[in-house]
Amino acid sequence: MSEPAPRFDNPAHYKPEDLGRVDYRPPATPWIRTPVEFKPGRFLVPAKEKNLKALGLPNPRVWSPTDADWKLPPDWKEILLKGLKDRLDRFRSLRVFMDSCVRCGACADKCHFYLGGGDPKNMPVLRAELLRSVYRNEFTAAGRILSRLSAGLARFAGNRPLTPDVVKEWFYYFFQCTECRRCSVFCPYGIDTAEITILARELLNLVGCNVHWVIEPAANCFRTGNHLAIQPHGMADTLSFFADDIETITGVKVNYTLNRKGAEILFVTPSGDLLAEPGTSTCMGYLALFHELGLDYTWSTYASEGGNFGLFTNNETMKRLNAKIYAEAKRLGVKWIIGGECGHMWRVLHQYMDTMNGPADFLEVPRSPITGTVFENARSTKMIHIAEFTADLIHEGKIRLDPSRNDDVRATFHDSCNTSRGMGLLEEPRYVLKSVCRNFFEMPENTIREQTFCCGSGAGLGSDENMEMRLRGGLPRGSAVRYVRDKFGVNRLVAICAIDRATLPVVCDYWAKGVSVSGLHELVANALVMKGEKKREINFRMQPLPKQALEGGASAHA
Amino acid sequence: MSALVSLAAACVLAAAALAGAAFPAGRVALGQVLPILAFLCFVAGVAFRVLLWARAPVPFRIPTTCGQQKSLPWIRANAVDNPSSGIGTIARLALEVLFFRSLFRNTQSELRPDGRLVYTPSPWLWAGALAFHGALCVILLRHLRFFLNPVPAPLIALQSADGFFQVALPALYASTFVFLGGMCFLLGRRLVSASVRYLSLPQDYFPLFLFLGIVATGLWVHFFEQSTAAPAKELALGLANLSFARPPADLPAVFFAHLLLASVLLAWIPGSKIMHMAGVFLSPTRNLANNSRAVRHVNPWNPDVEVHTYAEYEDEFREKMKGAGIPVEKETK
Repeated sequence: MSEPAPRFDNPAHYKPEDLGRVDYRPPATPWIRTPVEFKPGRFLVPAKEKNLKALGLPNPRVWSPTDADWKLPPDWKEILLKGLKDRLDRFRSLRVFMDSCVRCGACADKCHFYLGGGDPKNMPVLRAELLRSVYRNEFTAAGRILSRLSAGLARFAGNRPLTPDVVKEWFYYFFQCTECRRCSVFCPYGIDTAEITILARELLNLVGCNVHWVIEPAANCFRTGNHLAIQPHGMADTLSFFADDIETITGVKVNYTLNRKGAEILFVTPSGDLLAEPGTSTCMGYLALFHELGLDYTWSTYASEGGNFGLFTNNETMKRLNAKIYAEAKRLGVKWIIGGECGHMWRVLHQYMDTMNGPADFLEVPRSPITGTVFENARSTKMIHIAEFTADLIHEGKIRLDPSRNDDVRATFHDSCNTSRGMGLLEEPRYVLKSVCRNFFEMPENTIREQTFCCGSGAGLGSDENMEMRLRGGLPRGSAVRYVRDKFGVNRLVAICAIDRATLPVVCDYWAKGVSVSGLHELVANALVMKGEKKREINFRMQPLPKQALEGGASAHA
Repeated sequence: MSALVSLAAACVLAAAALAGAAFPAGRVALGQVLPILAFLCFVAGVAFRVLLWARAPVPFRIPTTCGQQKSLPWIRANAVDNPSSGIGTIARLALEVLFFRSLFRNTQSELRPDGRLVYTPSPWLWAGALAFHGALCVILLRHLRFFLNPVPAPLIALQSADGFFQVALPALYASTFVFLGGMCFLLGRRLVSASVRYLSLPQDYFPLFLFLGIVATGLWVHFFEQSTAAPAKELALGLANLSFARPPADLPAVFFAHLLLASVLLAWIPGSKIMHMAGVFLSPTRNLANNSRAVRHVNPWNPDVEVHTYAEYEDEFREKMKGAGIPVEKETK
């Protein structure tokens, strides 16, 4: 008997030679008359009732995007129009972005979903027009007059009334945007599709149209402190397993504490690092580094999530989830906070946290107890990125490194969308990476730094039922990885984002076979020469160290 | 279709002006009433829209960062593309407004048959847009000579510089050619590129055809109705000084077409995408410094939200925490 054919949620269902040929020719019908079609592999399943209820979000019910009737509330139209008006009054960004676009199309081929799929409504300009068409029709004088004169004329001018079909189209396309902001780099007015998507998703939330992959982690995080619903004893077990593994690898028994009052530093990282390879190796890297430094720090089970799926829900949910970090810092009486490797987590921490839940006047300006460096750039939030912390350590010569232990790694660095375009953390991770790994190769310049490509699975799109879109959205990144694999023999993609670590293995396996994915601090830990360590024979993935390292031993960096 | 309708609309307007100019009442309407109304509409409309934008708060500090942040002292920050100070932000905005910095980054992507995506720098849109806007600025400044008496020296200097390549009378202005070149590129790109044509709306073509009509009628007057300059200035000065004598009788019909198309364009601006000229200044991804961890940004409507407190959390997980040796605040509920 033959194996059943792989389902649409399995990458093997899709042939690279099919997905690799993208038809960019627009359809014959104008976009405003082209209905949306829900095909398996291209959309996400809706949020479950219990999770919506847990967060107090509207209209919990059982439904499917393929249903004709989405069971919207009876006054759905008033809710949405009032919601849009309300946001136009509260967000200058939305008003300016609705009014300023000239439809030059410079953004079009900057979106990974358009590049990988060819659907014109994935051009950022048209994605915004999905909302703008309703905005013009309902909230501008010319639009109102035109719609009263003739519906056909209004449509011809790109305006349309709000209908259930429009809501369906919003749901489809605003969950085909990963809020990566690459288009915003190229827009002459800085129109940020992430902002438009964020607000459109807020609107969809008002009528109960959200996705399981966003709402379940958010609900989990609200109750248990993290997206994965790891309970406190589970987190203790996990860290204890990691400590055992570190002892197996290095011979050193690492110290760490949970929920300890009076620690100097609180450490918060995405919970994905606790769950699955390769994030777990990076998590072990944090443990090993902090132990080696003798850092006076603590983990928290209550604030056990750096990521924030509230960002993909609405700003109120984002604030509710984020509040735990400062609350816990206050309860434990720490002086300042370090955040682990994550992408959208850092968008929230860098651009939203202090505004939402600050001022953190009960904390002190971060000062590295090892180097004495004061992080003036975080003097208000009191929270620094671990790449900033580690780069400072290495620059000041405070840790011993043997990069030959990573000689089997030929690395390239994937800038995460949010740390590059919502922060500008570009050189710190590169400095760390080059210090711990001797083979480093950049991907082509239009695919890194502020022009970096998304993994295709961010902003809550990383679920398997969305596999076709994930693979398509991953094409630009995959293509760049394949290029450096073929040209330089790159075999490792280093990423400082938990969603990257969870989803880029799929993308790399599909588009650039043979390239594995890891976090930065996994490689730091490999190279880290620890006090009292045994002769290292395996790396933090429990694989044998390269021959050079086994023979040469520690050639210390500091 | 969108382009044709827009072209037709512009042609109808021009034809209406040519017809209307045959009647004394039409000349008053076209030469004085409509330009004044259009100007009022422009000023009030732009002010209204900008106030609408400015009144909306900026809840979060969301610059799009396009370079290295300012963090450790030994890492060189990109002070313009990722500004951390007010001066850097002003520089970023100035580069954006004056030189279209972001558009300059434009690339053209190509998916090769082997599945490889390649990106090549594509400065054409940037060059076309800069030519269009730069030349338009010079042309508008040159037109100020009709509204000012005496003409200030810098304007005369600009005009003679612009007419540097003059070979014969009447003057040929470089700005005219640059403007036409830029505009033809922008229009051609919209029509030729399948994806840009697909996303274009009638209101994207309409101002371009208005411009085309304005340039065509302007050039016609300039070359074939050379005696127009003096009466045109008389009319313009009258408008500027709000003294409405009857429009000079020796103004040709095509001049009124020029004026009507320009008036329509002026009145069209506040409700249209041409508001990007003001929008760029108010765009929160461009006009804010990336210093949100150093300086707290205040959201005036920061909502009060219900949170899941530590006490509630401990109440649920206390026994498990104790079992795992995790410190608790209270031994029992």
